[in-house]
Amino acid sequence: MNERDGRTDEGLLLRVAGAEHVAADIRMLRLRRADGGGLPPFVPGSHVVVDCGDRRNAYSLTGDGIEPEEYTISVLRCPGGDGGSVFLHGIEVGDVLRVSGPRSAFPPAASAHHHLLVAGGIGITPMLSHVRAARQWGRSFRLYYAHRPGAGAHVAELRRLCGDRLREYTGRADLTRAVRAELRASPLGTHLYACGPGEMLDDVRAGAAEAGWLADRVHVERFSAAELDPGAPFTVTLARSGTRVSVPSGVSLLEALEKAGTPVPNMCRQGVCGECRVSVVRGRPLHRDLYLSEAERAAADTVMCCVSRCLDQELELDL
Amino acid sequence: MTDTMLSSHLARFPFPFREDTYRYSTNVEPARQFVPTEAGGWGEHVLDLDATYEAELTERERILRRDPSRCTVLPHMRVATWDALLTVLGELAATYPGQMSLHRDGTTYRWRNDLLGVKQEFVLGEEDSLPCDPLLFAGSQAQEDIVLLDQREDALWADAGLVTFAADWSLGFDVGMRFLEIHGPVPRVHEERVITRAERFLMRLEAGQEYRRTNWTMTVDRRLDTSTETYPEWGRDRRLVVTDPALPDRLHLRVEVQHLLRLPRSGAILFLIRTYLLSLTDLARVPAWRSRFASVLAELPDDLTEYKGLSHYRDAAAHWLAGG
Ligand code: FES
Repeated sequence: MNERDGRTDEGLLLRVAGAEHVAADIRMLRLRRADGGGLPPFVPGSHVVVDCGDRRNAYSLTGDGIEPEEYTISVLRCPGGDGGSVFLHGIEVGDVLRVSGPRSAFPPAASAHHHLLVAGGIGITPMLSHVRAARQWGRSFRLYYAHRPGAGAHVAELRRLCGDRLREYTGRADLTRAVRAELRASPLGTHLYACGPGEMLDDVRAGAAEAGWLADRVHVERFSAAELDPGAPFTVTLARSGTRVSVPSGVSLLEALEKAGTPVPNMCRQGVCGECRVSVVRGRPLHRDLYLSEAERAAADTVMCCVSRCLDQELELDL
Repeated sequence: MTDTMLSSHLARFPFPFREDTYRYSTNVEPARQFVPTEAGGWGEHVLDLDATYEAELTERERILRRDPSRCTVLPHMRVATWDALLTVLGELAATYPGQMSLHRDGTTYRWRNDLLGVKQEFVLGEEDSLPCDPLLFAGSQAQEDIVLLDQREDALWADAGLVTFAADWSLGFDVGMRFLEIHGPVPRVHEERVITRAERFLMRLEAGQEYRRTNWTMTVDRRLDTSTETYPEWGRDRRLVVTDPALPDRLHLRVEVQHLLRLPRSGAILFLIRTYLLSLTDLARVPAWRSRFASVLAELPDDLTEYKGLSHYRDAAAHWLAGG
């Protein structure tokens, strides 16, 4: 645990310090540490993963991230969705939520000379963070924002933050037309950031490609958490003793072996150092490390047990 | 060095060898873990000050006066340099709360460092509120050398840095270069893969994750600055030391403790390099270190010996350590 920012291995426990409706069906939550301490800073465009009852959803942080005293997220209620947003619309001020540390998957490019931000609907949330940080650091930017008339979240605030750098649209067609024109006119040092409904992203991407933009300068927000997924459970057999060890989802093979009293030498626990290699007797490893070469992977006779798992239900190891 | 200084120096020295042989590897491990050694231990902090703090900062100042290019910041790294400054000062204050503090009021920060008698107020993002570039200021308070890597085009680029104690490389030549290229022509395919793997690992590093690794070489005399630019000043000594009866006092094991952090506000990678020097004479006071380092040197393959610049004196050093 890093005591200075309240982070634990399981993330942060944050109290709902405020909740307000910022547009129809959009609820903004202010999350603070119960002890009032500061929260980990974050890169603009970062998201957190929030435990919503029995599921976990990712939400963009809307602050500038520089010295956050609270995290703010804006949640669109999706009654037909997986239930996470309905859960967050139901919780009350004072409730405690488990929230992951911030993860950056949509950062501003440091080397860009100008930032072109394009948002549709609730896709505005990461842009709020980009806009605030851009003002702090004096970055050049322009924001294109499409929302239903009267239903746009954070509109008043964005008008104040952006001034004439904000362009508002009420329909996707108008937004797309304007963005396409801008894409053709933008100088080479401009980077494009888009977040919104899938069709809007397709339009924007197509426009960038037509205008000859290289993929390096086009950034599209997707909530693909960078961490390894917990993986399916499987069972290992230790060939020398015949011991069977089950490896549940979310527990690494290395951890399972340690718990079973069969520690393996290790160092990074991230699949990079090469210390925790073990020999496979039977079963197909699911390689998730950065250490083994393609040839070694194909041979399938060793596995880096700190990160890798098994494609089958059973794996037999030479231990 | 006085005896008490020497014993604390030995106690804190990050002796890097886990075995009697050495090969290049991606030897990264989580930061902030204490490593016990035969003489004491090291590693519980990210930043480390010791008895040489003031002397080394004075030396850094001298080097910078002679060659200001040792601190180079490409313009797009401005935000990263502020991020590095806040991170370094915040880390120092948390590690040495009795001597240092960092207080914030809005965007105004107040920094106090009693060890150096420094009090500085500054406003985030306002270069004029500091006596120098944010990176230079960070380097005037911490003993570490600092490199900042920008991530773009699926690679890492060393686009800013303050490096005064470089071991046989040079920030001046390397700024703006890809992380892979900084390491120069490495002797084996194996080493090349180690570095590619390190780059991929760093690109996946998330905010809040902190790793470290050690690296080592050897240096003649207590010379922190063995950069490429000053080669004419120290290159010759590599040859001359071999026949010098003072060889065990002059030859030093040079260990770098390198920390790798994702900076939280800018997303740049902060690469900290802290250099420790220990003469063979002092190292030999710990018998386990003496015999282990003797084995490592004697066994080191020729191409690695060459790569580390040890060819002239490797045999002489191994011989002395082995008791010859
Ligand atoms: S512990 Fe480093 S690769 Fe597994």
